[in-house]
Amino acid sequence: MTDKNNNMLLSGNHAVAWGVRLARPDVSPVYPITPQTPILEKITEFKSAGEIDTELLTPESEHSAISACIGASLTGARVFTATSSQGLLLMHEMLHYAAGARAPIVMFNVNRTPASPWGFWPDQLDSLSQRDTGWVQLYTETPQESLDSVIQAFRLAEVSRLPVMLNHDAFYVSHAMEAVSVPSQQMVDDFLPKIKQEFVLDTNKGSSFGAPIDQQTWNRSRQDMAAAMAEISGLVSSIGSDWNQLTGRNYDPLESYRTKDAETVIVTMGSMCGTVREAVDAMREKGIKVGLLKIRLFRPFPAEDIRQAVEGIPNLLVLDRNYSPGMGGIVHQELKSALFGVKAPPKVHGLLAGVGGVNVSTTKIEQLVTHYQNIEPSLEPVWVE
Amino acid sequence: MDLIDYQDQGQFYSGHVACAGCVEALALRVILNTVGQDAIAVVPPSCGAVICGGYPNSSLKIPALHTSLESAAATASGVKRALVTQGKPDTTVLCLAGDGGTYDIGLQALSSAAERNEDILYVCFDNEGYMNTGGQKSSSTPLNAVTGSTPTGKASRKKNLIEILAAHRIPYIATTSPGHLNDLAAKVEKAKHIRGTKVIIVLIPCLAGWGVADDNAVNTARLAVDSGVFPLIEVEDGLHYTITNDVKNQPIDDYLKQQKRYRHLTEDQVNNLQEDVDQDWQRLQIKVSNK
Repeated sequence: MTDKNNNMLLSGNHAVAWGVRLARPDVSPVYPITPQTPILEKITEFKSAGEIDTELLTPESEHSAISACIGASLTGARVFTATSSQGLLLMHEMLHYAAGARAPIVMFNVNRTPASPWGFWPDQLDSLSQRDTGWVQLYTETPQESLDSVIQAFRLAEVSRLPVMLNHDAFYVSHAMEAVSVPSQQMVDDFLPKIKQEFVLDTNKGSSFGAPIDQQTWNRSRQDMAAAMAEISGLVSSIGSDWNQLTGRNYDPLESYRTKDAETVIVTMGSMCGTVREAVDAMREKGIKVGLLKIRLFRPFPAEDIRQAVEGIPNLLVLDRNYSPGMGGIVHQELKSALFGVKAPPKVHGLLAGVGGVNVSTTKIEQLVTHYQNIEPSLEPVWVE
Repeated sequence: MDLIDYQDQGQFYSGHVACAGCVEALALRVILNTVGQDAIAVVPPSCGAVICGGYPNSSLKIPALHTSLESAAATASGVKRALVTQGKPDTTVLCLAGDGGTYDIGLQALSSAAERNEDILYVCFDNEGYMNTGGQKSSSTPLNAVTGSTPTGKASRKKNLIEILAAHRIPYIATTSPGHLNDLAAKVEKAKHIRGTKVIIVLIPCLAGWGVADDNAVNTARLAVDSGVFPLIEVEDGLHYTITNDVKNQPIDDYLKQQKRYRHLTEDQVNNLQEDVDQDWQRLQIKVSNK
């Protein structure tokens, strides 16, 4: 199994677990939550079969899981955890803490509607509402991309000293199965040597983490984070390109699909990209000039990459599988702010499509393009049901 | 428990910012010197965090991780597991928490760490309230004590953390006091050599929070022990109780009189408290004899 690549039929969550297995984290504190649990279960299965060597911790809550991640990471361990929705929200306090302490933790979050009311459906509000915590955020479209991203995320985190949160949609990706190329252990070991962290808890040094500080030092810590954030987009590209050399699968902060001569480009994240891809192909068959801009890296928001990617495109149609009450779709807001002040900006339509896991079909997407490509954008968020 | 030949190895630096006369600093000095250099401290917000020091200073010679209020035991679990993967299982992971971070907001994480029997040494500096935020009640505040949030005296009892922890059947629980430094050092030394979850509760009479005179904290701590309000005990594996200072020779009155937080008590209330202490002492004797 370990000396060559293997094709396996895997769900998104099991693909994540395979990525974790190959990345060899030292410590993995995990807490169950639907629809993340298959990640935890698979890692546990690997552990009990003696196939991975990670220290598994099963605390009483996600808050303690992420706290244990922080302790382990700051002691120099490679650390992984996984969660979803309520679990991520319970972690909120410590998400800020982890980023502030520059702990290179990798987390996989399965995007699910937050309560209330209770729901288990794909919606990205759980992670998008954590956008200001200082975590790098990436959104994946397929089980293959989830596996590849886990491995790349460890390098990204350890080089940047920022925690990385990967996200895929509940069920559409987490539980959907597809053929996944699982790389060999040797290839991953070569790709992912452990990077020794400069600052760790060390009994030979009396240095502390997180002690109370003055205003200027807190301020400077955020400027340091800003400098690290500024490097992320380039790192995602260079790490993705290294991965491409080994696997033939390239990854960037964004992916432009059939956008070259497009009059309308649909902008979205996560599983919806797959549906849009199909809709684009179908519309192209009919001669409709449409493309897809997939946002893979959401934090830091790749504003400059986006400005370049949409240059000369007249219409953008943003599909947000999330809703920020009182404002609208979060990707829509971020995109507009990235485009503010550019010369000859595109028209940007913001559509709340798929909020709460509502299915958005290829037919629906075609209808949306047909309807919105010739009208002025609304200043208010538009609900699509 | 064997007394040890305590040596100050300079593990706790002077110049820290504890209140003048604070016995938490005294207890911390003895703990740090007994634990030694092969240790990592995990410190949630508390008076202890302030005493450990703000950036860029530290009064601890060992490294410290200042974590959030409710997560000391969870954070420490992570530190320990990382050390294990690095081939350093003998390094002591030392939580230095207050009673708010232990009896209240940190209890969930502590219970979970105890349930997993994580190999950590958890010290709770129990000053019976949120003294670092100006003196509000915690679930460790005793019956009738006045705090900022119980201005007429607390209406409920102090939470019995020892019994809660004993129910987890962890290898070692102890209570100790800055008025009995030999006892304190001996228990820390003993705990250091036990694998699994160890919890040591140190009663810290708080000068400001309890209304104790600046030079009277050690005396008050001794009276807490001598009156039986705070017996010095060990609980091994949650079952075996030992009293390490088997003397109860003072009425509660003298202990209460040292503290402004009890100044409002009526004679009846004092008598009730005395009755409580006597009954608790009897119950403790039964537990000890059950071993």
